[in-house]
Amino acid sequence: MDLRRDVFQAIADPTRRAILVLVASQAMTAGAIAANFETARPTVSKHLQILSECELLKHEQKGREIYYQLNPKKMKEIADFIEPFRKMWDDRFNKLEAVMKKYKTGK
Amino acid sequence: MELKTKVHAEDGKNELTITREFDLPVELLFTAHAEPELFEQWMSHEYGTTKVLKFEAKKHGGWQFHTVDAEGNVLFGANGTFHDFVPNSKITRTFETDDSAYSVQLEFMEFESLSDDKSKLTIHSIFRSAELRDELLKLPFAFGLSMAHDRLQEIVGKLRKT
Repeated sequence: MDLRRDVFQAIADPTRRAILVLVASQAMTAGAIAANFETARPTVSKHLQILSECELLKHEQKGREIYYQLNPKKMKEIADFIEPFRKMWDDRFNKLEAVMKKYKTGK
Repeated sequence: MELKTKVHAEDGKNELTITREFDLPVELLFTAHAEPELFEQWMSHEYGTTKVLKFEAKKHGGWQFHTVDAEGNVLFGANGTFHDFVPNSKITRTFETDDSAYSVQLEFMEFESLSDDKSKLTIHSIFRSAELRDELLKLPFAFGLSMAHDRLQEIVGKLRKT
């Protein structure tokens, strides 16, 4: 798998997470986003590229400027990725509870 | 429906916490983890049967179990060493999958009594890296996706499940 396209790799980077927080409230240009970081502009561009490639960011051309904004659909996917793990443990523990209730009455 | 089990996994950290409250006295909650035949029952599921192969419930004792499907294929196996085994209180152990793909992790399991018939289990797992933790968290997610796919093809038998 191309790591750059893996959303979980994408959000593992603190700068990229900060970018997502920034554009969550409003669409911003690359320049406006970069102004919030001390890192070099090309570095920020690279982060924007990675976030766009894995569809966490959407961009829209307005005149000469490109505005970046959050793709809420993809963010939801990330928020949900832990759910099957939680469900697996919940099923397991529900079964534990049932097994032990039966064990208790059987004694 | 609200799940009773909570999973806390902070971004970028090499640890996770699972908590759950049970309608069971703490003694029974602990017994479920201390008696191999009971552990086998609640760790088995519709895709496979869990069998405890080794269970030395004491400091520095070893443990091993695996889950096999109806045809006898091993779906999942794990092993490790107990570092603490204190009845109705705590189990500290290492946990490693048999295929070693995910490196070893350290687990602190705490058993608490909330009342005569309620108890709480907290599992604090520590991984070698945040990446390895995320890989493990994603396993059931990935499994769920392939399950949906395979149900269409009606071949469920040879999938892996933790």
